[in-house]
Amino acid sequence: MSEIIFLAIIGLGILLCLLRMLKGPTASDRAVALDTMATITTALLVLLGSFFGRYVYLDVALVYAVLTFVGLVAIARFLEKGI
Amino acid sequence: MHVIGTIITGIGTIFLFIGGLGVFRLPDVYNRLQAGTKCTTLGAFLTIIGVGIMHPGWLPKTLVIALFVLITNPISNHALGRASRRSGVPLCDRSVVDKAKEFEEYKGKG
Repeated sequence: MSEIIFLAIIGLGILLCLLRMLKGPTASDRAVALDTMATITTALLVLLGSFFGRYVYLDVALVYAVLTFVGLVAIARFLEKGI
Repeated sequence: MHVIGTIITGIGTIFLFIGGLGVFRLPDVYNRLQAGTKCTTLGAFLTIIGVGIMHPGWLPKTLVIALFVLITNPISNHALGRASRRSGVPLCDRSVVDKAKEFEEYKGKG
């Protein structure tokens, strides 16, 4: 059961990104923190699938990665020149 | 096989934590972007591949997820960096060189 230690370390990383997202001076800081948090969450979902022994979590991680990519490109476009 | 997968997953997890720490600690948007894209891409790749090595039946789908993260994470981070540069987010005080500004001056000179 070494997955519990890994989940704790990843949770600490997500917590630090969340603090930056609450604290960041500009909107770009919050977007960067959100992007980092989303990639860490993809790895966290795969690790949770290994922890519970369920294969379905891999599908959830794949769909989460696709939706994160599309959403972040949209946020970047909005920050660059507006809608 | 399980031991090798656990070791690779542990290395990836440490990289993910270092990425989060860099996003919290570094002084500037661009420095944070560097920490947030490099550490996180390598960490997520190693973590997902390590889970695939732990359970050998899951290896094809974990390979697909890892390749997708490896391709799309630099693209979205590059778009974010270009957007924050063009919307005028300033560099931090301790920066010594600004190549984008020099390039704009060079381009304006013809």
